[in-house]
Amino acid sequence: MSDIALSAQNLSKSFKIAHQHAGLRGYRTLHDELMTLPRRLINRLKRNGRSTSEIFWALKDVSFDVKRGEALGIIGSNGAGKSTLLKILNRITEPTAGGVDIYGRVGALLEVGTGFHPELTGRENIFLNGAILGMSRAEIKKKFDEIVAFAEVEKFLDTPVKRYSSGMYVRLAFAVAAHLDPEILLIDEVLAVGDAEFQKKCLEKMENVTTKEGRTVIFVSHNMDAICHLCSRCILLRQGEIAKTDNASDVVAAYLGGEQDQSPVIDFAAIDSEASFRFAGLYRSENEPTTSFSASEPILLNCSFKVRREIEGLQPSFSVFNFKGDRIFYSSASMAKPAISVEAAGEHHITALIPARLLLPGRYFISLALHTPKTKLYDVRKQALSFRIVATVTDRYDGFSGDDLGHVHADVKWRRIEPSRPQSPRQSTLVSSQN
Amino acid sequence: MSPQSSAVAYAEPRTTAVAAPQRYLTPTLRIRPTKGWAALNLRELWNYRDLLWILVERNIKVIYKQTALGMTWIAFQPLIAATILAVIAGRVAKLPSDGAPHFLFVFCGLTAWNYFSQAAQRSSNSLVNNAQLVSKVYFPRMLIPLSHTFSALVDFAVMLSMLFVFMAVYRVSPTLRLFAIPGFLFLTAMTATGVALWFSALSVKYRDCNYALPFFLQIWMYASPIIYPTSMVSPRWQALFALNPVVGFVEGFRWCVLGKSALNPTIFWITVTMSILALLTGAFFFRRVERNFADII
Repeated sequence: MSDIALSAQNLSKSFKIAHQHAGLRGYRTLHDELMTLPRRLINRLKRNGRSTSEIFWALKDVSFDVKRGEALGIIGSNGAGKSTLLKILNRITEPTAGGVDIYGRVGALLEVGTGFHPELTGRENIFLNGAILGMSRAEIKKKFDEIVAFAEVEKFLDTPVKRYSSGMYVRLAFAVAAHLDPEILLIDEVLAVGDAEFQKKCLEKMENVTTKEGRTVIFVSHNMDAICHLCSRCILLRQGEIAKTDNASDVVAAYLGGEQDQSPVIDFAAIDSEASFRFAGLYRSENEPTTSFSASEPILLNCSFKVRREIEGLQPSFSVFNFKGDRIFYSSASMAKPAISVEAAGEHHITALIPARLLLPGRYFISLALHTPKTKLYDVRKQALSFRIVATVTDRYDGFSGDDLGHVHADVKWRRIEPSRPQSPRQSTLVSSQN
Repeated sequence: MSPQSSAVAYAEPRTTAVAAPQRYLTPTLRIRPTKGWAALNLRELWNYRDLLWILVERNIKVIYKQTALGMTWIAFQPLIAATILAVIAGRVAKLPSDGAPHFLFVFCGLTAWNYFSQAAQRSSNSLVNNAQLVSKVYFPRMLIPLSHTFSALVDFAVMLSMLFVFMAVYRVSPTLRLFAIPGFLFLTAMTATGVALWFSALSVKYRDCNYALPFFLQIWMYASPIIYPTSMVSPRWQALFALNPVVGFVEGFRWCVLGKSALNPTIFWITVTMSILALLTGAFFFRRVERNFADII
């Protein structure tokens, strides 16, 4: 039992949605309240309260345990209840039913820069923000230099933060929060800010927190890469309920794939555009639609689209994304040699062949687009198709102990250079390039 | 690598060594749905006292930032207000002032009133202004309105020192009664906090409060003996009049400074009762509704 850091039992949270006040966007004035008072009283007597409001369950019967030192990821689409869950764990809002037992001090990083006051200087804001996050003045003083060094804002400590660049602002905010020393850390979407370099720094810091310092972390994010990277276990929330709990990469794959395989062919509903997709499908050969391919076979993408009037330079294109949402590659019909023209009005049918031995085993998504280069987008179908590359016994990925093989299968030509040759390999390439 | 196997990293001397993970047998925190009235949880407030002081500091620093006159505004505003009110009361309306110089009489009342109204006004809006904080971080929400009743003390201190200057100008000799000022200030602060808690909590749900409060305070001011003495009210009605706790503080301040005042034990005890009542009802009401703040703010 003592290895549990946090235990949630049957956690539920409901909100009342008032339908009659829709025009007021949920804000009620005293006037409304007084005017509707008689009716509400009558409704209450009649036990008929449901006619004016509907109960919406943001969380339903969510139970889970987090072990000490574990990093738990929480994912789900918008409105699945992730933020509500974090808010309950952080005591910002109360559950409607169920409960949480927490063993240790909780710290939260719900949004970078909450509590920063634009008129105050960097120095003053470090103290303010630190105190809001639950640090004592003495603790902040002890860590002050470390925070400033991490944020790289030494020169601007006595400048009001409203004059900071957004990068500096975010760095300072993250630095304060990252130097909290709670035993259980709740993190929500902090990595969605800052430039790539700073995001990397944040990730490193968080990795440190979880793996080196052995703290318990609950991490909510849309960044699947970060989830896979930082978390050992992951919960998938769907409409307020736990849909899946497993190791992070499986849950992420399930989330992105929607668990069940999509159909290999899809007919698109017409849209109001001068050029629009009608149909797309994935095939093993001309007549065999499928979503499952072995790494050693090519993938045939078939699609058709309708052009209402001639569009100069119109080109169909597609991109392949991996399950984390990284774009693996982009290809457009204009790259074809010889070039193919689809500018004329009418229905066009094209195929694209993705070569074998390009993608690693895993789940992929295809987005389709119809556009004229850098000018106009006529139709885009995000994640229209999905497919899976299945590893077969002949694929030689063994010998590599990690599970991250990179993004593509590189057909690298390996050769052993005989030791009897006089030059070192490096010199030999130099010589050859000069020739 | 599992966290346990990275013990080497732990052993390294670090400036911010994390204490060895403690094992807890019982939960340090139990989150359960609550209903009805809640305890005040003063211990938690005390644990967050550092945050209170930092919020107070912030309030003070921020109010007059980027103004040319800065803190002198604190002195300026009441000075002008007192002059206008003294002219209206003394010259135009020819109201009595219990024999004291009119300006000093009004300024004395304003010292107490200004603290009260500033504290109430600034804090009533405070939760909504800090919606970002309320919906993103946990801390006792009461700290936000409280920080404003504390930071308004700076304004009070400035006015009080001005009051002493005017006492010298009008050759009113100080007496030992001046030592009673903190006592009356305490009563004022209790009532102001009570009103602040009521209005800040209500304004989370009803933004009307922000518009209603200035009028309410204006009416309240004229219903209180700031520009006229309580002695104008017939003795029969004075106890009823004193249900407005402001009567007690203003007359209390006049008693401390001018020596002459309508303050009597009846008025005093009514004021004490009303102040305690204001604070307690405010605090309990706040605690009762604060659990929904994050959802409706």
